[in-house]
Amino acid sequence: MSPQRNADAPHGLTRREVLKGAAAMGGLALCLRESGRIVLASQAPVYGVAAEPGGAVDNPLVFVAIHPDDTVTITVHRPEMGQGIRTSLALVVADELEASWPRVRVAQAPADQARYGNEDTDGSRSMRHFFEPMRRVGAAARMMLESAAAARWGVPVGEVTAEHQEVRHHGSDRRLSYGELAAQAARESVPRREQVRLKSPAQFRYIGQRNTRLADGADIVCGRAAYGIDTRLEGMLYAVVARPAVLGGKVAHFDAEAALAVPGVVKVVEIPSYPPPPQAYPLGGVAVLARNTWAAIKGREALKIRWDEGPNRRFDSRQFGEVLERAVRNPGKAVRNDGDAMAALRGAGRRIEAEYYLPFLAHASMEPPAATARIVDGRCEVWAPVQDPQGTRDLVTGLLGMKEADVTVHVTLLGGAFGRKSLGDFAGEAALLSKAMGGAPVRVTWTREDDIRHDYYQAAALEHLEAVLGADGMPLAWLHRSASPTEDATFTAGAEGEDSSEYGMGMINIPFRIPNIRLEVPGVPAYARIGWFRSVYNIAHGFAIQSFLDELAHAAGRDPREYQLALIGPARRIDPRTLSDQWNYGESPTLYPLDTGRLRAVIERATHEAGWGRSVPKGRGLGLAATYSFMSYAAAVIEVEVGAGGKIAIPRVDIAFDCGPQVNPDRVRAQLEGACIMGLTVAKHGEITFGDGRVLQSNFDDFPVMRISEAPRDIRLHLQPATFEVPLGGVGEPGMPPIAPALCNAIFAATGRRIRRLPIGQQLKTS
Amino acid sequence: MPLTLRINERSVPVEAAADTPLLWVLRDELGLTGTKFGCGIGLCGACVVHVAGQPVRTCVTPVAAAEGKPITTIEGVAHDRIGRVVQSAWLALGVPQCGYCQAGQIMSVVALLRNTPQPTDADIDAAMAGNICRCGTYARIRAAIHQAARQLREEP
Repeated sequence: MSPQRNADAPHGLTRREVLKGAAAMGGLALCLRESGRIVLASQAPVYGVAAEPGGAVDNPLVFVAIHPDDTVTITVHRPEMGQGIRTSLALVVADELEASWPRVRVAQAPADQARYGNEDTDGSRSMRHFFEPMRRVGAAARMMLESAAAARWGVPVGEVTAEHQEVRHHGSDRRLSYGELAAQAARESVPRREQVRLKSPAQFRYIGQRNTRLADGADIVCGRAAYGIDTRLEGMLYAVVARPAVLGGKVAHFDAEAALAVPGVVKVVEIPSYPPPPQAYPLGGVAVLARNTWAAIKGREALKIRWDEGPNRRFDSRQFGEVLERAVRNPGKAVRNDGDAMAALRGAGRRIEAEYYLPFLAHASMEPPAATARIVDGRCEVWAPVQDPQGTRDLVTGLLGMKEADVTVHVTLLGGAFGRKSLGDFAGEAALLSKAMGGAPVRVTWTREDDIRHDYYQAAALEHLEAVLGADGMPLAWLHRSASPTEDATFTAGAEGEDSSEYGMGMINIPFRIPNIRLEVPGVPAYARIGWFRSVYNIAHGFAIQSFLDELAHAAGRDPREYQLALIGPARRIDPRTLSDQWNYGESPTLYPLDTGRLRAVIERATHEAGWGRSVPKGRGLGLAATYSFMSYAAAVIEVEVGAGGKIAIPRVDIAFDCGPQVNPDRVRAQLEGACIMGLTVAKHGEITFGDGRVLQSNFDDFPVMRISEAPRDIRLHLQPATFEVPLGGVGEPGMPPIAPALCNAIFAATGRRIRRLPIGQQLKTS
Repeated sequence: MPLTLRINERSVPVEAAADTPLLWVLRDELGLTGTKFGCGIGLCGACVVHVAGQPVRTCVTPVAAAEGKPITTIEGVAHDRIGRVVQSAWLALGVPQCGYCQAGQIMSVVALLRNTPQPTDADIDAAMAGNICRCGTYARIRAAIHQAARQLREEP
């Protein structure tokens, strides 16, 4: 059944038009004529999910199907990449629905934002934006079951209650299971949004509880879970692609003869290069299609290709470092200017200056990019592990010159993503190759080398900070210049300078009580594909600002914790616009002010739990960092031991975290544990460099990531309690930014060595 | 060339060049996609299976080297009690995030517990350092290994 597109109808009447009995589901297989998209009533500024393409849909008929065997299928429209969203969104629906979790099956929505609402999974937004809509989905479905039971018994609906997978009549204690009611409930009208009765938080059965079974856990431990790389279709060809090593390069000439001689190789196909900017287009190159992946890999090795490398062939990241240095050492235009920082910096007081460097980073998700496509009777189907299903659908639609209605994108599990799979260039390759093969099914698999060399990289950044301290040691002035290629350059040729959403990540909204603040974002070009890496520009900003605060505290002879708390000042709720932050992660500045009380509280909690101030053996030290990102507050205290030869051990990590109420506390913890490890990898190991336009790393030997043997064994998480009155914060990303600065501050405490350049690598080896 | 593999207690004929890595035979020829591709050069452990009881990186193991020997993949790991105990510890502690590396992790753990029923943290580091988890589930992996070892000890 093809989705209906008239999505702007107001919520209510049209949602009552129910199509019942879709055969595939049986029973209450509900489809709806009209999308229940939430529509805006006013001209006021639009924030949150309403500002996202597709908005939110809260129609139970789109998301819930109840079957005669009493199982419940809940459709989750946000891709699963390890954040646990297939579990967490489904349990929200199940809770309000009063479904029994063991009876719940989770289905994954295909790309269709008009039907399901926004599916673009980034920005730590899934639960923040869909908690309330999914509660309404579950509650409305529950009310339809109650209506069906009341009608069956001929009693007022007020005399029945749905509870734990059955509806009960109070007067007679009659009961009907959800399965028994499914068909009749399908014919009930959908309650209007204002009529939907939500539970009170005290009634939650799964929300806020621990130990909810993971939707995909059993499949994962048995090897049944299906990722993008696992799609298998009858007659499928396996492809690998030789892509230009330099961004913007093209095939000048290729000779396929030797490749075609490799047993199992079927065909060699050129993929065209697209003019800049790179966007989500395939990079071009030469594809080898074979009967299995290994033959395709061997065939690719046998290709002879001459490349026209294009204008980026001299890009060198060491020279780019000098570009960044020039950019941050010259005055520029301010994006925030309180008082007169330049005058104050020339005035009396102790002046401190430092620069902090973050290199380019690759995501290196364990599943490299992979996607499958086929074209049958003018319709293209794609199976892909993509964070932005609709974006991939739009890309394939454009690449193939087809109509959107003729392109289906099935979303598989994502074997990690961390921002890489926001852009579906690899799915575009699969679609182009299927077309070149007359519609035959083709799976493209990227090798690890392909993944490391052709990523959308987190941008390198150089952060220049200056401050002048007054007699009390507190800053009178603060100058911060952040030079980093903008992700906008991926979509707009020549774009330079961090945009408001990039300097909005932890740079512009510093809540410190400093009379003179000047923030600048000088423009620097992008020579590589720039993308989003978990917590994005917060990584560089958080590393720089939290390291610099530590430097200032030491310069002032004060304890870093006490110093930061003094700089933050008393608990207050700051309208981000007063900090020149017009972006605020797209959220309402009144619903989501920057709450310094909450920031203080995570610092106080993390330091208290970690025993801040305790004496530690020689060679050990404690470091603190605290950041606010994605509407959540995080503070980390890391204990480090620096041994002989600069070897780093991390005996203990304490993280205090306030994301407002926790819908699925165990997954919140899992995300913090993961962010800790990923943050430590950024601190210790991760570095992508370029020479002659090429990425110089290729695999886990030269782009190492943290392994269990160096991972901290003792990560203590301290979740701040919050009621459901508090709006939800993000979870997937905000654990990242404090980790690297907390580690480096700890290293300073332990050794007196200040790390200003990531990764730490071998820097501690020399004395 | 025609080969016969013994996989998960079944004999399976396959047609593959002798030097084809076992990984691609499992995944592409036999559809056993639980064994994952992660790096292709033996660095990440996503492709670990057991060959004659030993953990082996299939991305660098020629299929001919496994001929005639018993092979156990993640799809067959539940045939073995240790395997089942490890799987249940993984679920009880909610180890997986994206889950992609977990088949390789579990295969490495089962081999560890078979040889070292009560591993120390140092044993775990030594046995598991070859398995990368980019999601960073290491703390739970360690805890789940200890839990599985405890269960195997208490309910032999």
